[in-house]
Amino acid sequence: MRDEIGVELRDVVKRFDNVTAVDHVSLEVRDGEFFSLLGPSGCGKTTSLRMIAGFEMPTLGDIFIRGVPQGYLPAYKRPVNTVFQHYALFPHMTVEQNVAFGLEMSKVPKPDIARRVKEVLDLVHLTGMDRRRPKQLSGGQQQRVALARALVNHPKVLLLDEPLGALDLKLRKAMQVELKALQTRVGITFIYVTHDQEEALTMSDRIGVMDRGKLLQVGAPQEVYEAPQSRFVSDFIGDTNYLEGHLVAFRGEYCKVAVEPGMLLWANNTPDLHLDQQVTVAFRPEKIYLNAAEQEEMNTLSGVVHEVVYTGSNTTYHVELPNSTVLMVRQQNVATLPDTRFHTGDRVDVSWPIASSKAFAN
Amino acid sequence: MLKALRRYPSLNAWLLLAPATLWLMIFFIAPLFIVIAYGFLERGTYGGVIWEFNPGNFARVFDSLYLNTFFRSVYIAFLTTCFCLLIGYPLGYYIATRPPHKRNTLLLALMIPFWTNFLIRTYAWLTLLRTNTGLINVTLMNLGIIKDPLPTFGNDFAIVLGLVYGWLPDMVLPIFAALDRLDRSLLEAASDLYAPGRRVFRRVIWPLSLPGVIAGSMLVFIPSLGAFVTPAILGGGKSLMIGNVISNQFLAAHDWPFGSALSTLMMGLMLVATLIYFRSTAGAGRRK
Amino acid sequence: MTTIPQAQVSPIRETRASRIARWQARLGSTALSVYGVIGYLFLYLPIIILVIFSFNDSRSTAQWSGFSTRWYGEMIADDQIILALWNSLFVAIVSTLIATVLGTLAALAMERYSFRGRLMMDALLYLPIIIPDIAMAIMLLIFFNVSGIGFTPWQLNLFGLRMAVPFSVIIGHAAFNIAFVAVVVRARLANMDPVLEEAAQDLYANSWKTFWKVTLPMMMPGVLGGALLAFTLSLDEFVITFFTSGAGFNTLPVRVFSMIKKGVTPKINAVSTLMLVFSLMLVLISLFSRKKGGEDTPVDLSL
Repeated sequence: MRDEIGVELRDVVKRFDNVTAVDHVSLEVRDGEFFSLLGPSGCGKTTSLRMIAGFEMPTLGDIFIRGVPQGYLPAYKRPVNTVFQHYALFPHMTVEQNVAFGLEMSKVPKPDIARRVKEVLDLVHLTGMDRRRPKQLSGGQQQRVALARALVNHPKVLLLDEPLGALDLKLRKAMQVELKALQTRVGITFIYVTHDQEEALTMSDRIGVMDRGKLLQVGAPQEVYEAPQSRFVSDFIGDTNYLEGHLVAFRGEYCKVAVEPGMLLWANNTPDLHLDQQVTVAFRPEKIYLNAAEQEEMNTLSGVVHEVVYTGSNTTYHVELPNSTVLMVRQQNVATLPDTRFHTGDRVDVSWPIASSKAFAN
Repeated sequence: MLKALRRYPSLNAWLLLAPATLWLMIFFIAPLFIVIAYGFLERGTYGGVIWEFNPGNFARVFDSLYLNTFFRSVYIAFLTTCFCLLIGYPLGYYIATRPPHKRNTLLLALMIPFWTNFLIRTYAWLTLLRTNTGLINVTLMNLGIIKDPLPTFGNDFAIVLGLVYGWLPDMVLPIFAALDRLDRSLLEAASDLYAPGRRVFRRVIWPLSLPGVIAGSMLVFIPSLGAFVTPAILGGGKSLMIGNVISNQFLAAHDWPFGSALSTLMMGLMLVATLIYFRSTAGAGRRK
Repeated sequence: MTTIPQAQVSPIRETRASRIARWQARLGSTALSVYGVIGYLFLYLPIIILVIFSFNDSRSTAQWSGFSTRWYGEMIADDQIILALWNSLFVAIVSTLIATVLGTLAALAMERYSFRGRLMMDALLYLPIIIPDIAMAIMLLIFFNVSGIGFTPWQLNLFGLRMAVPFSVIIGHAAFNIAFVAVVVRARLANMDPVLEEAAQDLYANSWKTFWKVTLPMMMPGVLGGALLAFTLSLDEFVITFFTSGAGFNTLPVRVFSMIKKGVTPKINAVSTLMLVFSLMLVLISLFSRKKGGEDTPVDLSL
């Protein structure tokens, strides 16, 4: 992976009438990187993508592709290609005509077009489908045509707008693996928009999490998952337990939080917290041990098992604390011995490493 | 009875259909066949027919006099369709590309002339086009732009203008509908694949709006071919179309069999046009 | 959505290529807008001029000589016009009633049952829409002459107004209106989710109750829309009426036609304006009732 910058958004703002869809976003996507923009619907991720493609123009700010400012350059003059959410295949053209369209428009000689179309159809495993119409293809096949139609142009950057959203779960999983492999093979920068956190974690080199037009955090998947910098990010990616309390002390990178009634916890600091502030302590369900031996560097509380949810590879226990907050505790079903499992009504101690909990300002 | 209805649901359907079917059979299908049959009969002296077989009526249609009228009517209908398309396509495109609230207003504004009496809309042009007393010539002469009135009335120009005006909404609506159905992301995809505006139009928008164009052309061509009111009012008694010749056979010449023969042929022509239409749309459907 | 001081905000950097492309796009969209405005002017200007000259003080429909409502006065004083107006309304109401009942029943059969001969019925119900009015007029003219029915007028005495309405005209109007009502009601029925009817039956409603409590109320906007369309078409109909009415019977359009044939006066403009206002009202009513009926897809007017 080279460290050259593929796409840069510099302080980009997009307003529609009175709504700010993208709010001062600055972002650098490296060349050859698989970058995901992740967020709930309406967070501005698709608008950001559309501005890179040239379908929308930024209200303020600059977009650079390989260092070249794009300004109001229309889509057809930009060295990027898009895979659309619902594929946007031309219904009146065959697969071959669809894939050849971009090459035709950029006046590539005919024999080259034929060769490159064939190559790319082989690449996406659609050999022999060239005479079909989009309507005669399955969803997965249409998806591949859309991909081929974009890739055949050898774009500097490939933009993908929730391309797997319309596929069923099993096909989606298979395509995730295939897409990632394809990206590694062709070495093109992928900017991938999705609301599916699992998809983003699986495929990306880096993830940018967006909410209400703002880019909240950018980082590698494990960074974003393990060290979320805001409550929104920790909430959006994976399951999280929350306990609310107020900050009573600092010690190094940790802070001490008092949770009513009379529970004391340690958690990772976030910047700009101060004493006596109301804070939320967040920690992941899979980091919690049940009835573990007392240890240093652990928070320990006691509660009662409220509900047991068995999901095959995991069992999730809902444990009610004295202040009637319910914590989720996820345990892998490593062993099937009955005496290691807990039942509704059991009194249990829940404990988790201090390093795995994080305090956010309310 | 009720038991029978439950056991044979199609009996239900026919009971519901019976009144409309009966009405249309008696007052639509029967008259249709009578007209066709009348084309083969001998004319009566004061209208009506004598029941004697006479194939000559259809032969007479091919007299150069009537054949010319036929050709002229087809020509006028064709011209009307072309102009409607030329004016109507950009108009439909304009409406389809407006934001939703504006689009609804524009559609309503298109509906109002559509729902306004055809006769009145033709009359409006009469007051504008009349050679010596029409608004256009009077105004131009008052302003001193022209000395002699322009030939704006009693000719093919006036008829085509009247027909274009009358049937323009019928062209615009299906074209708008086709363009409105167009997925915006297809246009973005084309532009993403390096197609500039005019090529997006030629390669994506135009082929995908073709069903609307064809439907609109049919909706304009068929009534234009059978036009009666427009040539009667704007043709000034000089420029006639088949519709007027047919009506003359009944109202003036009292030659019902010949009028029937002409009607039959006109309907045959329209049937051909309709069949071409269905063939071409079926083809478009297959291509998809 | 915090506001950031202006100094921190960078304006968009523009290259030459992007500036040219932007101006091209702007030029294109301006041209289209100009075209749109011209298109609508073409549609409306003749009608507006027609209305303006109905208020002209002189006999001319081309030279303005002052505002006056004298032609409206003459219109109201013209017994023939008033009689024609009543004839028009009477024909429209009766033929609409017939067409609405027959067309709705036919639509129900076509949309809710499958049976042999359905395709033929489809054609039969569409033909009166496709066939040009002149052909239908000739067909009916000959038919009424041959059969000898229809020309006998329906004698009426309405508030002292002696009317004689030929059955032929009502029959003819009903014939093409059945087709139009059927199309509109069918469109409504096709958009209705049959699951609702199944839900009613699931909740212990028998076929009759289902029809009265679910199907009928839901298809009502379609029925009303169809009736309104039929009423409008009947009011505006000229060619069929002209050929099938026999001598001496006038509807408003027929009366206008014979007035035009005699000569152009602002009085015709006044009658036209009256008819225009009527059409406009009907459009607005149909629009309003459709909104109230919760039908958001506009009925395909092109048919």
